[in-house]
Amino acid sequence: MSKIHVSTTVNGDPVDFLCDPRETLLDCLRDKLSLTGAKEGCGTGDCGACSVEVDGRLVCSCLMLGAEANGKAIATVEGIADGETLHPLQAKFIEHAALQCGICTPGILVAAKNLLEKNDSPTEEEVRYWLAGNLCRCTGYDKIIKAVMETAADMREAS
Amino acid sequence: MRYHTPASFEDAVEIAAQAEGITRFLAGGTDVLVQLRSDLVTPDDLIDIKHIPGTHEIVQNDDGSWTLGIAVTGAEMSEHAGLCAVWPGLVEGMDLIGSTQVQGRATLVGNLCNGSPAADSVPGMMAAGATVSVMGPEGGRVVAVEDIPAGPGRTTLTKGEVITAVHIPARGEAAGDAYQRFIPRTEMDIAVVGVGVSLQLDGDVITEARVALGAVAPTALMVPDAAAALIGSTLDEDAKAKLAAAASAACNPIDDKRGTIEFRTEVAGVLACRTAQRAYDRAQGKKVAKHV
Repeated sequence: MSKIHVSTTVNGDPVDFLCDPRETLLDCLRDKLSLTGAKEGCGTGDCGACSVEVDGRLVCSCLMLGAEANGKAIATVEGIADGETLHPLQAKFIEHAALQCGICTPGILVAAKNLLEKNDSPTEEEVRYWLAGNLCRCTGYDKIIKAVMETAADMREAS
Repeated sequence: MRYHTPASFEDAVEIAAQAEGITRFLAGGTDVLVQLRSDLVTPDDLIDIKHIPGTHEIVQNDDGSWTLGIAVTGAEMSEHAGLCAVWPGLVEGMDLIGSTQVQGRATLVGNLCNGSPAADSVPGMMAAGATVSVMGPEGGRVVAVEDIPAGPGRTTLTKGEVITAVHIPARGEAAGDAYQRFIPRTEMDIAVVGVGVSLQLDGDVITEARVALGAVAPTALMVPDAAAALIGSTLDEDAKAKLAAAASAACNPIDDKRGTIEFRTEVAGVLACRTAQRAYDRAQGKKVAKHV
């Protein structure tokens, strides 16, 4: 079967890869580009562990074909930190221990960053609804929500 | 599987009409990819129609009506202040589908053509009197949204036909719409009952009404008897009782883990009244809180 040539940018870097038409963007990120931050939890768009941004829009990379990424700008959890300097959300997640096994964490970081870029002062209810598509089976969510709310407050103060 | 990216609907129709195996059109992909990955449906030809010019646009026409491209996502609808102001019920139906991530991809036409009786955007479109343009090998036609679903997972579209746009009518003053659903959770679930209502008032009196039910029959239903119960009333208790009775009488639901036949039938009546009240309040210019 002939492969499809895809030209895209991932975290600002131009990237080219060949993929089978059936392969998802998640497959391509993990298996072709070795960006394993995005995880496959369910593969059906329910768990959010594969969350990435496509042209600034939060999506499940398991619900998008690699071929559809042609010409798009993709952002993954690998691009969140600035070199060795963690993003404030990452630092706050560590401070609050807002993770245990860590499978859901990359998706939640990407989703929370996307929220804070649209809304710098979300209510707790807004954070909970925004992250309703990111399932965590370890923490019970409270630490995650608290970390996001505190990061938003810190970033408002710093700006 | 062959992946196509036609640059026009004419090309998309030609590919679909000539295809010999299983064909799927790809818009947001939130259903098509799940079916593909679970080996439920593996298309021989997958036709991505998002590269066609105009498919990402929300346009208000000179006569006040709206034309929505087939690739417009739920997130783009919810962010469109003009559309939200005029058709809040239609937008809230779409907005209830899935998570933030799903909203970034899912489309009205995909939700319609997936053919789920519980599709959240469909009763709102039906209540609004929305139509879709259909293009096929034999030419084009305009079809009411309620005439697209044929049963669970099936539509009335024939081989080679594709929906090319959604049309939503202009809205006058003193009009309002609403969509509500019942689910056992607060988010991320499938409707047990869904109700769309659109009303036109003259003073306090309802002069026009459209009521549609979802998840209580093999397809979403228009319920003319429920609309008739509202027309001429001020949504008083008597009108609500007749509305509830008409909504429940229209139900032909299944028993499943989400709800029994009896439960769905009763909830349809209760929810029809609540949804009509929200549409009525909006028509009167009152602020009606949207879910978050």
